[in-house]
Amino acid sequence: MRKFNFKIILPILQKLFSISILYVAFAVLPAEATLKVDINSGKIEPLPIALPDFFGSGTQAITLGRDIASVISSDLQRSGLFRLIDSRAFIQGRNSLRVRPRFPAWRQIQAEALVVGSTELRPNGQLRVEFRLWDVLRGQQLVGLRTDTEPRNWRRVAHIIADAIYSEITGEEGYFDTRVVYVAESGPALKRIKRLAIMDQDGANHRYLTSGSHLVLTPRFSPTEQEITYLEYPPGKKPRVYIRNIDTGQREKLGEFDGMTFAPRYSPDGKSVIMSMAQNGNSDIFVMDLRTRRYQQLTRHPAIDTSPCFSPDGKRIVFTSTRGGKGQIYVMDSDGRNKKRITFGRGKYSTPVWSPRGDQIAFTKQTPGEWFIGVMTPDGNEERLLARGFAVEGPTWSPNGRVLMFFRQPPAGKEGGKPKLYSIDLTGHNEREIKTPTDASDPAWSPPK
Amino acid sequence: MDWKIPTIILVALALGACETTPDNVGSVKGSGSISVKTAATSLAPVSVIKNRKLAKLAPGGVAAGSQEDLVTNIGDRVFFGLDSVSLSSDARSTLEKQAQWLRKNPNVTVTVAGHADERGTREYNLALGERRATAARDYLVALGLDQNRIKTISYGKERPIDARSVEDAWSKNRRSVTTVD
Repeated sequence: MRKFNFKIILPILQKLFSISILYVAFAVLPAEATLKVDINSGKIEPLPIALPDFFGSGTQAITLGRDIASVISSDLQRSGLFRLIDSRAFIQGRNSLRVRPRFPAWRQIQAEALVVGSTELRPNGQLRVEFRLWDVLRGQQLVGLRTDTEPRNWRRVAHIIADAIYSEITGEEGYFDTRVVYVAESGPALKRIKRLAIMDQDGANHRYLTSGSHLVLTPRFSPTEQEITYLEYPPGKKPRVYIRNIDTGQREKLGEFDGMTFAPRYSPDGKSVIMSMAQNGNSDIFVMDLRTRRYQQLTRHPAIDTSPCFSPDGKRIVFTSTRGGKGQIYVMDSDGRNKKRITFGRGKYSTPVWSPRGDQIAFTKQTPGEWFIGVMTPDGNEERLLARGFAVEGPTWSPNGRVLMFFRQPPAGKEGGKPKLYSIDLTGHNEREIKTPTDASDPAWSPPK
Repeated sequence: MDWKIPTIILVALALGACETTPDNVGSVKGSGSISVKTAATSLAPVSVIKNRKLAKLAPGGVAAGSQEDLVTNIGDRVFFGLDSVSLSSDARSTLEKQAQWLRKNPNVTVTVAGHADERGTREYNLALGERRATAARDYLVALGLDQNRIKTISYGKERPIDARSVEDAWSKNRRSVTTVD
């Protein structure tokens, strides 16, 4: 787990975006800060927070200040853990707020947290963004940060600030500075066009990675977030697992075999891809070393073995198998030993995905007429069903392991069977549709940084 | 002596192979060494084209050995039960007719595509479709057909023929379809 700390991530951020991040000030937190949200406790009363537009001098800085505050507000609002107080209720004027918050004026409107920030365009063309998060009840600063960056990075800065606020209030990593790769669907049901698409977690910066000329399915990020692995149908050939560089578009087929390869996922160290391979019709699980291109067979069973996923420490693999009669979830060591069935509930289980924190496995459960997205511990206990629908499928974890994204397809006829993306908290609350330009399926959230 | 028989077979195979070369007999006029151009692709001089045989027409006016022939006169698909890869007697009977038809059209190669209904998760259905395609292929091979003439592919739930979410549609979608390459 990465505790959000600008000091730790500073070198990474500098490398990635050439932005330098400096401390503005850090107030020493009292031992028992009251301004905390325990996100493990069922239904949560959202924390009232005031987030005025960031101050700026000059048209561009004012616009950026408003846009940054708006992106932060939407992030916090969508998390379900914050309630943004309407700016029309604000009592303290902007000029005096710029000097220092007058806390009674914020307490009066029931704000418990207050974010005050500013944007400034520097003579060198850099955008300087500062913000302070205040505990209104105690009149204390919780966190204050400053960053200088290219103005075009303003959205990312907003997400990083939202992450800092989320992290300060919940004690958990934020998940707003993240991306989602998914399959964008269009065209009639009998002639569906599927394209790989990528977007920020809030739907911004949406772009298509493929043209739709070939069928593509099940994209998943590499741990570096630079590549994806996915299934593609080259015309007239067997479907194959590919890896593709997101920025350059360069793609490469992972080996040529007699049978189809599918259901790929990277290992947590990014050195190999685990997948299913069909041989004479039977699907088993293989792992391929990306450097040597050698592969190792991990299951050898006449039943279907598919949807493999590593544990975050890389030591174990969870997968779906029909060896018990119908689809159930199994765990094995990363060398294929010690296979053990972990689901025994009624219905069929599939698409297991290990949480980035290691403590949960998400899955799809099917019963006649209704499917569920659920979670359980890695030994198969404490099953909880979070989301349901005619067809809900393919959970993917937010990098902090607190939120799941999945897709839901209503029965054809009512809404035409069109799939859409949704997110839901691990608590089972706060289900939200993720807006996409077209129908959408097979989401994959970017990995922990 | 015995060695003559393999030679004859080899010759027959070689001739058979010639028949599979593109001939475009339909567009060739005369027999001089003129070259015929279609769609900007230059063809070999006609004198080189050995196979001047016209395709036989099956009853009803469809070309023997064509996909249309297979669909119209034989049946290109068989259906499966929910989560099942076993061949029903109907499915076996259709595949037996396909095998007979393939023997009658020895130059035809086919791809058997396996499909699933929407009531399975994506990757599971890809695996299931592969098993269905292979079950159909294995039966054709068991009936004596050369395995090299039959490729398989799985589309899982990606290519339904009836998009409705009702049993009638699902039962049509759980299928393997044989297609002439």
